[in-house]
Amino acid sequence: MSDPIIKIENMNKWFGDFQVLKNIDLSVEKNKKIVVCGPSGSGKSTLIRCINRLEEHQEGTITVDGTELSENTKNIEAIRAEVGMVFQQFNLFPHLSILDNCTLAPIWVKKMPKAKAEELALEHLNRVQISDQAQKFPGQLSGGQQQRAAIARALCMEPKIMLFDEPTSALDPEMIKEVLDAMVNLAKAGMTMIVVTHEMGFAKEVADEVIFMDEGMIVEKAETKEFFANPKNDRTKLFLSQIL
Amino acid sequence: MRSISFNQIQSKNPLTNMYLGSFLLAISIFDVLIYAFFNTNILSFLPSKLSTFLPLVLGFIGLGIIRMEYSGIAILDKLNKNINTNNFNALLTLLIIFAFIKATPPSLSWMIFDANISGDTKEACTGTGACWTYIKVWFKRFMYGMYPNDLHWRINSAFILVIALGFVGYFFKENMKKYLALYYVIIYPIIAFLIIYYLISGGSFGLVWVETGAWGGLSLTFIVSFFCLIFCFPLGMILALGRRSNLPAVRYISVGYIEFWRGVPLITVLFMSSVMFPMFLPEDFFMDKLVRVIIAITLFEAAYCAEVIRGGLQALPRGQYDAAKSLGMGYWKMHIFVILPQALKLVIPGIANTFLALVKDTPLIFVVGLAEIAGMLALAKTNPKWLGFAMEGYIFAAIIFWIICYAMSKYSYNLENKYKTER
Repeated sequence: MSDPIIKIENMNKWFGDFQVLKNIDLSVEKNKKIVVCGPSGSGKSTLIRCINRLEEHQEGTITVDGTELSENTKNIEAIRAEVGMVFQQFNLFPHLSILDNCTLAPIWVKKMPKAKAEELALEHLNRVQISDQAQKFPGQLSGGQQQRAAIARALCMEPKIMLFDEPTSALDPEMIKEVLDAMVNLAKAGMTMIVVTHEMGFAKEVADEVIFMDEGMIVEKAETKEFFANPKNDRTKLFLSQIL
Repeated sequence: MRSISFNQIQSKNPLTNMYLGSFLLAISIFDVLIYAFFNTNILSFLPSKLSTFLPLVLGFIGLGIIRMEYSGIAILDKLNKNINTNNFNALLTLLIIFAFIKATPPSLSWMIFDANISGDTKEACTGTGACWTYIKVWFKRFMYGMYPNDLHWRINSAFILVIALGFVGYFFKENMKKYLALYYVIIYPIIAFLIIYYLISGGSFGLVWVETGAWGGLSLTFIVSFFCLIFCFPLGMILALGRRSNLPAVRYISVGYIEFWRGVPLITVLFMSSVMFPMFLPEDFFMDKLVRVIIAITLFEAAYCAEVIRGGLQALPRGQYDAAKSLGMGYWKMHIFVILPQALKLVIPGIANTFLALVKDTPLIFVVGLAEIAGMLALAKTNPKWLGFAMEGYIFAAIIFWIICYAMSKYSYNLENKYKTER
């Protein structure tokens, strides 16, 4: 097996006096798909936000693609450019068209020529099947379309890793499927993914491993089949019985 | 009449109601009109108190009768919805209409019918109304201050050039658009300064030197406002970002700056700039009074701009910052491409507010001896040959300021609409 692309060792994080993450150990190998689930407030989102340093951790080490994240990390932007992120609230830039949303970072961060960036953006928009909406503004799109545009925007940076922070939680039920389909396609194309979600169907379909978190700790980590068939921890059993 | 309630009439026959109500309303307005314009009281046969209040009573009843839920007549429904919703509003509406009618004839006759504009001495003003001759005679002074009459073309052409250069941005090609901000923030102010310096000040290229003390009137208002506006905005933006910075030194300097300038009155700042400031400068260092005043107002207004812009920055959801960061953008790229465009769009009304206040603050420079339009008025009204026409002068200045400010606020509305992308 190759070296893990993300390696988290003994990581702790506090918000003020409150410890949100306790002794997290996690390693993710290239092309693996990890699903993180757990009750709200268990630290799932904070964990993946730490991976591209939108949140800072206080103890332990996080290594992404060979670079350790710390206060002294000089080129945090370079690491973030390799780690795409999709948010619960889409967070598209409302003042830019969908196409400009997608080309902004490639042009200004990766210094890509505009024509090439647009070509790339259309390719990725096509991949999530909204290339016909490229000239519209985010406010004119439905939630599902916005989330797919957000996925395309992250893909335009050609990241090595994609992080999904509850990508379907803010969507109407009938729009969840179109977003999950886009994510399944992405997973099949071999992207390394960490997905925080409550969509257990998605987990069963694409995940290599499932992590269950509660109260800031990784309670259980197992291969997908094993996780759903034989949950070991009582807390996991309770959670699964409620969610399935 | 007593026994029938208004509601009953309305539900049975809205059309009759409408005719009756409008008739009563028309009579009441007609009576006031006649009284205001021809000074004849057609109701003089009635006891005095009754004849005074009868229009009000009639109008009130009239509005009461035409008030109904829905009539199907567009004008009537609009009237009912906006100015005739209940008895109290009906009364207020009538009073305002009557007051307006009453005030129209005297103001019209003062401003137009009894006013004078011919001649060019005070003696030409023989009427009881306004003396526009005064404005006519002093017009050039109000526009150009003490600037020599035969050199006014220099001011005019400088302004035309500066305005023309302001529109250059519209003709930028698509691939030049990224230099737009650079042009307006740095290049344009420098060119404008050079034009005004060489053309209005003169002193080279064979043009006679005219010291800034002679500048004045509306042209000075424009010069001061123009430079203060284009300099205070970028400075305010930097201060707003500084106040939200993670670096303590930058943050405290910004906070200190903003709180200092917001805490002192503009008039003392102007005094300091023109009286105290030169004392601290070395002997051989000379800075023109006008330049010092412009710098002082710029520094002062930048603090206000900063707080307005900070309001916009704080209104943006945190997700926008997260998204920009997650795409690998650093601090400056994030702010230039994602945060500021949205924040500035949000604060257009607030910025317009600050800018309007700035333009209307410019008359304060009179305290340091610079006479822009209101200052010229103050000088003109104390001229022994032209005593007693302050009213005309101030009305004139008010109209000029109103036009400038209205144009600015109209422009800000246009900007708001232009950058509206939500839905």
